[in-house]
This record gives sequence, C-alpha cells and structure tokens, in this order.
Amino acid sequence: MTALQETVFLQGHIIDSLILAKVLDTILMMGGTFDLQDVNIGATRDAPSQARIVVRANSSRLLAEILQAIQPHGAAVERDSDCRFEPAPAAGIFPDQFYATTHLPTQIRLDGDWVEVEGMEMDLGICVDPAKARARTLPMGSVRAGDLIVTGREGIRVTPLARPRERDVFGFMESVVSSERPHQPVIADIAQRMLKLRAGSRQGHPGTKVLFAGGPAIVHAGGREALTWLIEAGFIHVLFCGNALAAHDMEAGLYGTSLGYGLTAGRSVPHGHEHHLRTINRIRAIGSIHEAVRSGVITEGIMAACVRHDVRMVMAGTIRDDGPLPGVVTDSMQAQEAMRAEVQGVGLALLVASTLHAIATGNLLPASVPTVCVDVNPSVPTKLADRGSFQAVGLVMDAASFLKELARELGWRL
Amino acid sequence: MSRFLVCPPEYFQIDYEINPWMRRENAVAPSRAVSQWQRLMHVLEQDVGVGVERMQPVPGLPDLVFTANAGVVAGRRVVISRFRYPERRREEVYFAQWFREHGYEVLTLEESLYFEGAGDLLGFPDTWFGGYRQRSDIRSFPKLSEMFQREIIPLELIDGRFYHLDTCFCPLSGGELLYFPFAFDAYGLAAIAQRIPEEQRLAVPEEEAIRFACNAVCVGKHIVIPAGCPRTTRVLQDRGYRTHDVELGEFMKSGGAAKCLTLALD
Repeated sequence: MTALQETVFLQGHIIDSLILAKVLDTILMMGGTFDLQDVNIGATRDAPSQARIVVRANSSRLLAEILQAIQPHGAAVERDSDCRFEPAPAAGIFPDQFYATTHLPTQIRLDGDWVEVEGMEMDLGICVDPAKARARTLPMGSVRAGDLIVTGREGIRVTPLARPRERDVFGFMESVVSSERPHQPVIADIAQRMLKLRAGSRQGHPGTKVLFAGGPAIVHAGGREALTWLIEAGFIHVLFCGNALAAHDMEAGLYGTSLGYGLTAGRSVPHGHEHHLRTINRIRAIGSIHEAVRSGVITEGIMAACVRHDVRMVMAGTIRDDGPLPGVVTDSMQAQEAMRAEVQGVGLALLVASTLHAIATGNLLPASVPTVCVDVNPSVPTKLADRGSFQAVGLVMDAASFLKELARELGWRL
Repeated sequence: MSRFLVCPPEYFQIDYEINPWMRRENAVAPSRAVSQWQRLMHVLEQDVGVGVERMQPVPGLPDLVFTANAGVVAGRRVVISRFRYPERRREEVYFAQWFREHGYEVLTLEESLYFEGAGDLLGFPDTWFGGYRQRSDIRSFPKLSEMFQREIIPLELIDGRFYHLDTCFCPLSGGELLYFPFAFDAYGLAAIAQRIPEEQRLAVPEEEAIRFACNAVCVGKHIVIPAGCPRTTRVLQDRGYRTHDVELGEFMKSGGAAKCLTLALD
C-alpha cells in the first residue's frame, strides 16, 4: 500500500493564484486522493506559501499519471531524505525534537531504505538500530541514555489504514457509536471474526489472538457464565482486567455473590459485603490464583477458565484496590509494560464494561487491530472511536447481554 | 528617461520552429524586417521619447532580436533567462555579457529551471505575474520572488499560440490590464480577477490577440502597439492613452512584436 502514495511539495504564491486549488482539483478529478500536510500560508502578500501534499491512488499507474499531471504546476515529488535521530540525553528522557508516534503503520528511512517501525502504538518515540536496519517504538520511561531516537519529521512515512478487505462491520470505515444501532448484526460479524481467528490461532498463525479487557460489571450483570464459556471454547487468548473482575469472579465461585449481592436471589446477603474481602484474603493465603485453581479451591468461572486454558492474564491495579490479589501489578508502569508485551499478535480486541482498561488497551493497540468497545455509558466507546481508527466499533449495551449474545452466536447453549 | 535594450535584426530569420507561428517556409523578408524594426526604434526614441540601448547582433542567433527574453531587470540586477529550447539557449551568454559590461549584477537560476525573462514575468508595481507551462517553469517564480521581494502570481498559459505571457497579457501604466482571456484557464482568470478589478480589465478580441495586440509597449501614457488592432487601439484611446501603430508583420512570423523586441531596463 505504501507504494501507492507519494509526497509532493508546492511552494510560491500558490494560494491567491489558485495553483494549490488547481493541483488538489487535478488529483481528485483524476481519481486520486490527497492529504494536505504542513500548509504554511505566507504572512504577507510578498511572502510565499508552502504545502506538502500526500497524493494517493489505488494503482501505481494512476499515481504516476497524477504526479505527471500536477508536476507542471510545480508539485515536485519530494526528494526523500533519511530520518534523523539523536542519542537520548539520559535514561527516561527523549531528545528535545523527538518524533511522537501515531497508532498508524509507520515507516522510517534508514540509509535510503524504508524500514517498518515495530510495535506501533501512539504517543511513543521511535528507537533505531541503524546497524541492523530496525526500528521499534519506545515509551519515554523505557529509554536508556544513548538510545538513538528519531527526531524531526523527515524520512518518516505514516500510512493511513486502508479499508479492510472483509465486508463486515469493521469494513464500513465508520466509528458511529449509537445506542440505537441494531446490535445483532454487529455481534454476528464479531462472532464470524472470532471463529476465523480461533481457527488461525489453532494453526499457529500470527495475529490471531483475541484480547479481552473487562471490568467487574461483567460479573454483577450476569455475564460470567458466557465469558467463561468463551474462554473455555478457545475464543479468548489474552485477558486484561483489574483486581475487581478477578475478585468478584472468585467471590461468585466461593460465595455465590458479587460484591455481596446474591447472584441468583438478586438481593444482598447478610455480611455479603465482606465476601470479596474474604475471597481476596483466601487467595492471598494460597499464594496465587493459579494455585487456587490447581488446588481445587476455585473450581469454575472466568479465572478458573483462564488458568486451565493458558490464557495470558495481566491484572493491573488501581488506587484503593482491596488486597490486592496476588498477581495484580500495582506499579502502573510495570502493568503498562506487561500489557504492551501481550498486545503483540492480537487480531481482535473486545473491551467490555471497563473505562479504565478499555481506554488503556485502546491506546496500546495499533490502529490496524479491529476493536470492539461495549459499555452502557456511550462516552467510553465514543472516546475509543475518536482515536481515529476505522476499525473501532462501539456498542452501547449491557455487558452481560453482549457476552450472552456473542456466546450464543458462537454455539453456547445454556 | 526610460531605457530599453534592443538588438538590430541583422541576422533575424526563421531557422527553426519552436512555436506555432514559426514556419521555415514562411521566410522573413530581411529588408522589410529591418525597416519595420527601424520604424519601431524611431517611434520609441522620437515619439515616445525613451532611450534605446542597442546590443550587437550575433550571426546564427536569429532570435536575439527578441530582447524581452534576455532576462528580467529590477534596478541594477538582472536574472538571465534559461531558455527551454536549445535553439535559443546559446543567446544566454550574449545577454549576460551585455549586462555584465554595463555594470549590472548578473544572477542566474539553477540550470534545471527554465525561465524566459520579461517574456514570462511582468506586472504592476507591487504584483508581478508569471506565465508558465509553455516556456517558463513555475518553480522559477518562488526563487525570483525571493530575489526581488515581490509577489509573483503564476498563470498557466493554456494556448500554444500565446506561449509567453507577454503575448496575451499587458499591464498598463494606469493600472489597467490588456489581455486575451482565452489564453488562461478558470484558475488563472480568477487569480487575475482577484488582483485587477473588472473595470480595469480590457479584454482583447481574438482576431486582434492573434495580431499581437497584447504585445504592446506602454510607457507613461504612450502605447506602442502592432498595426492591425483597431478595436484595441480604440479602447486604449478611450482610456486616454496615446497609441502608436507600428507594422511588425515580419516579426510576427516568428511569434513576436513590439514588446518582444524590447526589454525595459529601468
């Protein structure tokens, strides 16, 4: 796809002369598209203006024709230059002019060759290894003194997402979040994706993992059985959650309550508020969730399914967590690193009923990963959709209904 | 007193064809060319009252007579042209030499940027217009704009008959513009309209545009215009200009007239 774009530069008195308008019109009339970048309009009449235009076409032939047509109007293909980089001045500090990443596929030019940046994620720096001709993203906090960090904007190419090949809900290139949107077709499309990903994952194909990030409302609302089934059926490979989801899941297993409410009777149980604390205390005494499952203390539910099916789990702690449970990462930077490591190879992300984990996960993912955000509060999917990914689908609905419907689509029978 | 650079037509003929007007079989009558040129000089020097600097003609460079294409002059600085066609490229060194010998600071653009001097760059005191596509490269204008600290509005020339801006666009001393609108596209016309109000735009009819009505020389209230453009002449007279018709048919065979044969030095 990157071969089908070229950056051109236009300068001079291009605004009042309508030369810029003519060039842009020409691109569109010929069937191309453009992104207008770095437009500098001269401050005075005498001062020239500049525009950098990324021209795109769906065939290299059309691209060449467009470039040929706009060239006489002064739109010259920019001579590509290598990217610039500087050593980090100290651990945890980028050079002043560091390039901040987007979540879109990015390439940098090293010694005349375009090199794909690995681990795309927004708001990071890019660390280069010129000797190996490799580049990867790096969070500010992880930089070591002397790491070579890309600076400026030259020699950096960001590719917007192409429309996905699949003609499903992710392929419409829209990020409308509406509570009035019919859920069923969306969920059916998600289920189709998950079936394909499970098949791919079983054959060891890359990029076929399904990531699930969820909050405790899943348990309160009654989505526990459906989620457990999805895990047991091999549809989920990575789980991100906090202390609460794990605690309430195991509380439900041990006491039949979630935050003290009887899950079947639907009313509070005497001293039920203590149940989650007693659960956490018990697991702390055992030493780990894995051990609690292995020893038969926790026999069913989300955590038990994750342990039995080798689902990769990252539990990230927050302020005023009770306990926390063993395995909860309380250093937020460490939690971020652990989550970053697990998002590699993810082909679909389901972010359900958790503002905190949904936003964090969304920001860790490259734009190319289809993402579904489910929440009763429209502001969460809206915030995710605003990241500008074509492949983010927001569903304003209750977590349990979503999980049950999704599981049913995939063959769950009560 | 205004001064113009000219070159006598001693070696003027049609040796090659680099614009739609030029036909080798349509030979120049040398004695008629000389008398037309001398008449033009007489009008300029005697009737209009300008000074004329004659440069030495060079054998084998027939188009050296078209001094408007020597370059563009502002004050004591000149940017020498870089011709698109190799046939005329050999003129560059002679133009540069003349300017150097006459104490001008001689500048050039980078080799790859075609620019054909005052033939493609002309305008009003604060806004210049640059004709491009046929001969000059649009990319030369930002450089010239920087050198001369002037706004230069590029105008695409879309009709091969009007291959230099001065064949279809003539700014007048009173702020009016004499022009042939069909030599420009809609973008160019909109850009012109943005700078020159409608009542100041004097459109030339096609039959006179192809008689080089726009290839006129305006000095104060005097306008030297090729003969055979009665409608344009009348419009100019109505605006208070004093017109001087000069028969320049021999030079039109090569695609030039009064303006192409002169280069304003001041």
